[in-house]
Amino acid sequence: MTTTWNKPLPSIAGETKPFWDSCRRGQLVIQYCEDCDEYQWYPRGICADCWGENVRWVQSSGRGTVWTYTVTQQNRTTGFAEMVPYVLALVELEEGVRMFTNIVECNPRDVHIGMAVEVTFQTATPQITIPYFKPAG
Amino acid sequence: MVDLRRAAAIVGIHEHVTRYSPDKSELQIQGESVINALNDAGLTKDDVDGLFTASSSIRNSGMNLADYLNLYPSYVDNTTVGGGSFEFHLSHALTAIAAGRINVAVITYSSLARSGGVSVGTGGVGRFGHPVLDPSPDSFEELYGLTTVGLYAMIARRHMHLYGTTSEQLAEVSVAMRHHASMNPEALFRDPITVEDVVNSRVISDPLHLMDCCVITDGGGAVVVASPEVARNCRHTPVWVLGAGEAIAHQGAGKRDLIYIAAHQSSPRAFEMAGVTHDDIDMAMVYDSFTITVVETLEDLGFCKKGEGGEFVSGGRLQVGGALPINTDGGGLSSNHPGMRGIFLLLEATRQLRHQFDGTGRQVPDCKIALAHGTGGALGSRHSGGTVILARD
Ligand SMILES: [Zn+2]
Repeated sequence: MTTTWNKPLPSIAGETKPFWDSCRRGQLVIQYCEDCDEYQWYPRGICADCWGENVRWVQSSGRGTVWTYTVTQQNRTTGFAEMVPYVLALVELEEGVRMFTNIVECNPRDVHIGMAVEVTFQTATPQITIPYFKPAG
Repeated sequence: MVDLRRAAAIVGIHEHVTRYSPDKSELQIQGESVINALNDAGLTKDDVDGLFTASSSIRNSGMNLADYLNLYPSYVDNTTVGGGSFEFHLSHALTAIAAGRINVAVITYSSLARSGGVSVGTGGVGRFGHPVLDPSPDSFEELYGLTTVGLYAMIARRHMHLYGTTSEQLAEVSVAMRHHASMNPEALFRDPITVEDVVNSRVISDPLHLMDCCVITDGGGAVVVASPEVARNCRHTPVWVLGAGEAIAHQGAGKRDLIYIAAHQSSPRAFEMAGVTHDDIDMAMVYDSFTITVVETLEDLGFCKKGEGGEFVSGGRLQVGGALPINTDGGGLSSNHPGMRGIFLLLEATRQLRHQFDGTGRQVPDCKIALAHGTGGALGSRHSGGTVILARD
């Protein structure tokens, strides 16, 4: 079945390309700094903590908990306007960093802070696969 | 640090009271505001040597505004950090004046958000008509349907989870702002409301309801800031800048606890510079994009402990006559919000310190020191916070 992705798509820079390449393979990767022993999110070409260059890509467990969320009832942007109500959330990964996402594959009313979630992927285009989170199985 | 207390004063103000003006350009609203604010001060075009402005719609607004006004400023500041930009501008004007670079600064703003049909809070990424996302951070955020109200709602949800804050407590903020708006003939909404009205209004982004959100209007204004030498000869009693603090809060590589907002950083800087304490503050102008913004800001400014904001805003304590009157013009929740409301905080604080409303219920009795805190951006992702402390002569 072919569907047209009508939500925004990411732009990809050199410093973020490994992340999107991994998503296409169904893997969630984040960055870890060898020098200061810190994880960071979102991906970038420097370590945001020590400003060193020794950041490497590591695979996240893909598991985390809902740090906070909102059930969105109104958004005028095409793609989201048709989707309401949807859950916009900050998920804290087991590695300790928090990322924006949608909580999918569940009733928005069942989402709560502290809820265990795990990553899932949706193919947007042949080039772009986007990570989301769903209740942990 | 150099003592900057009373190194500059607000000497002229003007609010363009329009809430809807499809027949005027944003530059015209700024031009009229600047002219009227200079008249208010008793100064002229030739006195102006510093130009400070921010806009979300005028490209290169510093250049274009100077062109429109046919002004050749020797100091230009286009700092644009969302709704709180104008508290940053006042902070910067203070420094520039104290350093002797300029004598008279004009800070101005306008927006046609309402007549332009801009969905300020709920437009999502499409609100700027700019579908191509930057590689970061947009490409890790806007895929998920962020809205401005949603990013505040997420912090409201977290606040409720951690501290037991209720929707009824948030509603108390809207009720107090409407009470003040009922005394402001220019306010967009003036009919009194109840806590029930707020919690029964439709949910926009859970847990925030329609009446937890600011209004959308057109509008604009200008503030004239001058050196002590100039201020002494102006038409009104000077309103001195005692202290200023600036800060940005962001995600901190995914690790910052966003329940603490930028006010947590900017407030101690402003109070230390001013050499006053919270007990000295007679009234405050607190950016009220949403009800949660006020609760979070009052906590992080230090007027109450973290988590106690819900209690602090309840029972009429934010109204004139209460423990800490805030937003006596009715705020963004009831009076006006063209998108970047920070300039109106400076305007109303100045009116209060001039005792402009003496003999009416809007005047904070014997108002000597006021605080204004502007928040720009979004609590749930990244935002600015500018705190200024002002004093009557
Ligand atoms: Zn590092």
